[in-house]
Amino acid sequence: MTIALDRPLPVRIRRPRGVGVALAGAFLAFAVAAAALPGLFAGDPLAADPRHVLEAPSAAHWFGTDQLGRDVFDRVVHGARHSLTIGIAATLVAAGLGVLLGLLAGLSHKYADEALSRGFDALAAFPLLLLALLFVAVAGPGTMGLIVAIGIATLPHYARVVRSQTFVVRQAGYVTQAVAFGDSRPRLVLRHVLPNVIGPIPVLAVIGLGEAILAAAGLSFLGMGPQPPSPEWGAMLSEGRGYLSIAWWTSILPGVVVTLVVISLTVVGRRLHRRFEGRTA
Amino acid sequence: MISVRDLRVTFPVGRTVVEAVRGVDLDIAAGECVALVGESGSGKSVTARTLVGLAGRGATVSTSRFEIDGKDVRGYGERDWKRLRGSFAGLVLQDALVSLDPLRTVGAEIGEVLRIHKAPGDVVSLLSAVHVPEPSRRAKQYPHQLSGGLRQRALIASAIAAGPPLLIADEPTTALDVTVQAQILDLLAERRAAGETLLLISHDLAVVSRLADRVLVMKDGRVIESGDTASLLAAPAHPYTRELVRAVPSAASRGRRLSSTAVPDSVALDAEGPPEGAADSVVIRAEGLRKTYGRHTVVDGVDLVVRRGEIVGLVGESGSGKTTVAQLVFGLVPPTSGTVAFEGAPWTGLKERRRRPRRRRLQFISQDPLSAFDPRWTVRRIVGEALAGKSGAVPLLERVGLSADVLDRYPRQLSGGQRQRVAIARALAPRPSLIICDEPVSALDVSVQAQVLDLLADIRATDGTALLFISHDLGVVHHLADRVLVMRDGSVVESGPIDDVFHHPQHEYTRALLDAVPTLEVSQR
Repeated sequence: MTIALDRPLPVRIRRPRGVGVALAGAFLAFAVAAAALPGLFAGDPLAADPRHVLEAPSAAHWFGTDQLGRDVFDRVVHGARHSLTIGIAATLVAAGLGVLLGLLAGLSHKYADEALSRGFDALAAFPLLLLALLFVAVAGPGTMGLIVAIGIATLPHYARVVRSQTFVVRQAGYVTQAVAFGDSRPRLVLRHVLPNVIGPIPVLAVIGLGEAILAAAGLSFLGMGPQPPSPEWGAMLSEGRGYLSIAWWTSILPGVVVTLVVISLTVVGRRLHRRFEGRTA
Repeated sequence: MISVRDLRVTFPVGRTVVEAVRGVDLDIAAGECVALVGESGSGKSVTARTLVGLAGRGATVSTSRFEIDGKDVRGYGERDWKRLRGSFAGLVLQDALVSLDPLRTVGAEIGEVLRIHKAPGDVVSLLSAVHVPEPSRRAKQYPHQLSGGLRQRALIASAIAAGPPLLIADEPTTALDVTVQAQILDLLAERRAAGETLLLISHDLAVVSRLADRVLVMKDGRVIESGDTASLLAAPAHPYTRELVRAVPSAASRGRRLSSTAVPDSVALDAEGPPEGAADSVVIRAEGLRKTYGRHTVVDGVDLVVRRGEIVGLVGESGSGKTTVAQLVFGLVPPTSGTVAFEGAPWTGLKERRRRPRRRRLQFISQDPLSAFDPRWTVRRIVGEALAGKSGAVPLLERVGLSADVLDRYPRQLSGGQRQRVAIARALAPRPSLIICDEPVSALDVSVQAQVLDLLADIRATDGTALLFISHDLGVVHHLADRVLVMRDGSVVESGPIDDVFHHPQHEYTRALLDAVPTLEVSQR
């Protein structure tokens, strides 16, 4: 006879995973395509048509037109280039500087590490937008200013992870072994430490990208980004704000697009995160 | 007391099912001490846990007979087991630090057992029954404030609190120092003498031979041989048992092979003599090594000489400073004072940059080979790197008893023994004059340990590589080493040729250590 001494394993309910991730991925692919070749999907974002001002969404103008008679859909599609460029570049700056500084902190002696770590703490202590505003004030408004500002403001995410990973790796037996084989310090760091600490960074970067895009839109909304008439998403929100009561589509629809991009990035990022965790466990 | 027939336990693993126990018959009579012996994965722990209804999550147990005190327990649910467990059997596991709740005092832990089972007795008298000194003070302490030995005693106290007639001890002394192990074994022997029934699970035949009346040898989920301890160990019938008994390293096993694996063809790597200026056969000479951390002195005045082709053992209990000596010799940490000379030239006090050209002649093997490999590297890359561009990875692996099929695997995909072989292959690749081995076999099963020890002996014989062999296991050291240094509290208390030190110890600490070692008292063949 058979007896079960413990409860059987609960039957795992399989919900159709992947649908959300697939939708998010498809949306992101479209966004990237729009950023790369906006002309393929939409017309001239700057073509004003005084005869069709503030028209509601229709078959001719999917997202309606703005106060100068420009097609909102065209502007949103072309805006993808500005927003994604700023987001991706800022994330690269943040991840690059973060890895470098985190590695430096993790490898250096007590005092240098303390100094760097307190620096990360200070950066992380401020709200992202506030800090980015400060850096824009120094770097000046515009695309470059935003990239630098957001990059520096979000660098602690990456630096802290890399620093703590570095502490683990530098204690590892294989680092001792590399010493036994006479590896020089730079060689040791490049061959053993760096590759073993940056594992989580790509996943963090995908999630961080959403944050960076949101911050970029926020700063542009405040007038710190690409200047009009450039079709930047945050700037469009800002321009449309004055007509919200009579033409909601000029600001709401670009806002929906920003929201969807950020949510999609989070969905994809979390999925990657889960997969990555499974692999290291 | 317990009678089980055809016990089978399976676990679901992914989509398949793993059979951990495949038809075990077991009878335990009141007042006897039965031991389950086997290597990792033999099913001994699962068998023991199943006896108290703790087979584990998702396990399916089937048996044709399962009686405890004459009662059929086959239909028992979780609630019935809970009632039975504490009052019928106490469980003592290997690691008391994990088994005891870190957020509760030892007294609270034991007190709870008393309360649940409404047992008479009090915490302090239980602690003194297991010989915890100052029991009333210790009862107020947390597990992490106790030493390993005291923790194990506290765990035993909680296991016997409800006065169960049966005590199940799963590797109760494996994590302990040898003198502490001896005390715990004495304590268990004492419980037995007092009429308690004991089920002992162990991989260590010597521990078993000291306590058990009967032994069941398990392999792959089956009992392959059983019988009373003395006659089974003296004349094992099953080839596997014979191999196990043979594999135990000790004084008596010196100079003979422990494993039955064929001697590998001695493909001696083309000899590379010591560099110029090293006519002196001393490979490493350490003088007056001292290392302090703050006010804490870890190593205090250690002198050490290892000559070419010599195996020097460094023994001591945890905290004796033996690993720190290894790090000082290796040059990983600088000594507070004292010097090390390697191959006749200064080694300490040099900039790492100046040491680097000579680094490859001094290699290091650690206890945990898994962490010693970069997780992203395959065996091919690990060995290739060690050979520094020279070919010969396959002969090197064959030399350590591995075949070429491991080349494209990652270390985590290898067994513990295979991993340690890869570590040895890597250490051999640059043809070092000295390999520092820090507990290289402590994490291995007896039969695998035997193979690795044989391999190390072969390497010394064919290559003339010197070994500094650090171990807490006196049997292993006595088997392998030519000379030995006994360390205690950072100092060497005794040193000399191995037979002199181990057969005629001069220092009382050495004597205490040797007395504490459980030995397999059977004729070695």
